[in-house]
Amino acid sequence: MTVFDALDLAIAALVLGVAAWTIAAREMFSAVVGYVAYGLLLAIVWVRLYAPDVALTEAAIGGGVTGVLLVVASKRLGRLPQPEAGPGLGLKLAAAGLAALVAGLIAAALLYLPDPAPSLAPEADRHLAQTGLGNAVTAVLIAYRSFDTMLEKVVLVLAVVGVWSVAPDRFWGGRPAPLGPASPDPALVFLARVLAPVGLVIGVQIFWVGADEPGGAFQGGAILAAMAMIVMMARLMRPPRIGSRRLRLALIAGPAVFLVVGLAGPLIAGSFFAYPAGFAKPLILFIEAFMVLSIAATLPLLVAGPPNGEGEP
Amino acid sequence: MSAALDVFSLLAIGAGVFFFVAGTVALVRFPDSLSRLHALTKADNLGLGLVVIGLLPRAGSPLAALKLVVLWALVQVSSATVAQLIGGALRRRDAET
Repeated sequence: MTVFDALDLAIAALVLGVAAWTIAAREMFSAVVGYVAYGLLLAIVWVRLYAPDVALTEAAIGGGVTGVLLVVASKRLGRLPQPEAGPGLGLKLAAAGLAALVAGLIAAALLYLPDPAPSLAPEADRHLAQTGLGNAVTAVLIAYRSFDTMLEKVVLVLAVVGVWSVAPDRFWGGRPAPLGPASPDPALVFLARVLAPVGLVIGVQIFWVGADEPGGAFQGGAILAAMAMIVMMARLMRPPRIGSRRLRLALIAGPAVFLVVGLAGPLIAGSFFAYPAGFAKPLILFIEAFMVLSIAATLPLLVAGPPNGEGEP
Repeated sequence: MSAALDVFSLLAIGAGVFFFVAGTVALVRFPDSLSRLHALTKADNLGLGLVVIGLLPRAGSPLAALKLVVLWALVQVSSATVAQLIGGALRRRDAET
C-alpha cells in the first residue's frame, strides 16, 4: 500500500463518517455545517480522481452556494412555528429505504461496469483540435453536448421562476428580504470590501482559463455569485427588485445567447448547435461570457428567495 | 543547491504540519469555544504560511509562486474574519445567558 492508497482510504472513511454524522445530527444548523464539510471533502475526492473541473464545481456549488442556501433556509424555517411532532418512524424508514435503494443501484451500476469501462474520453480528445479549446471538459460542455448544457441553464432560470412564484401577489416585482442581519458585523463589512474586488477578478479568470485549463463558466459564475452574496450579506447592496428589466435580461442572457447561436448553426455551420470551422473558440467564449453573467445573477437570487415585503424600506 | 532546497521545503512543510496538528489537538482538547478559536486561527495561519513557504521553491514559475502567496493571503483574510464573526456571536450569546 502506497502513501496515496492510505490517503485515499482515509479520505473515503472521512467522507462516509461526515455523511453519517450529517444524517444523525439532531439540530438543523449542525446538519448544514456537516453537509458543507461533506461537500468540501467531496471536492478533495474529485481532485484525487483527476477531475479538477468537477472538484472546482463541487467546492463552489456543493460546499459554497448550497451551504449558504441551506443556512438561510434553516434560519427562516427556525423562525416559523415548529410542528409538535417530527416525521413519524414509518416516514423515516421509507425515506431511508428509498435512499438506500438509490445508493445501492448506483453502486451496483458501478460494480457491474465491464472492464475496461466504456469511455468516450479518447474520442473527445481526438476532436479537441477542431474546437480550438485545450480543455476537453469545456469542449464536451459547450461543443459536443452543447444542447444539454443550454437546457441546464434553462433549468436554472426555471428554478428562479419557481422561487419567485411563491411570492404573495402584493409583493410581486419587489425586493427579496435582505440576506444578513440588520446591522452586520464590521468584520463582515470589511471582508466584503476586501474580498469582493479580488473575487471578481478570480471569477473572471477562472472562466477565461476554462477554455484551456480546469475552470469554466459555471465555476467562474459561482465565484461571482458568492461575491454578490457576501456584498449583500454585509448590506453594501440590496437584493435587486425582481421586476427589474436589467436583472431579467441578465438572468436569461446565457441561455438566450446560447439558443440564438445554436439556431444560427444551420445557416453558418450546416446543422443545429454546430460552430463554423475555425471560428468555434471565439463563439464558445462569447456564449460562456453570457452564461457567467446568468449564473452569477441566478445563484444569489435563489438564495435571496421570493420578495416577502421585508426587502422594502 | 537542489538538495538544500529540498531540505528547506521539508523543514518548512514539516513545521507547517506540526502547527496544523497542534491546532487540531487544541480544537479537540481546549475547554471553551474562545480558546479553541484562538488556537485554531493561530495554528492555521502559521501552518498554512509555513506550508506555502515550503512549496515556494517547488513552484514551477514566479507566477505560480505568486499564486501560492495570494492563496495564503486570501485564507488569512477570510479566516481572520470568520474568527471575528464567531467570536462576536459567542460574546452575544454569553451576554444573553
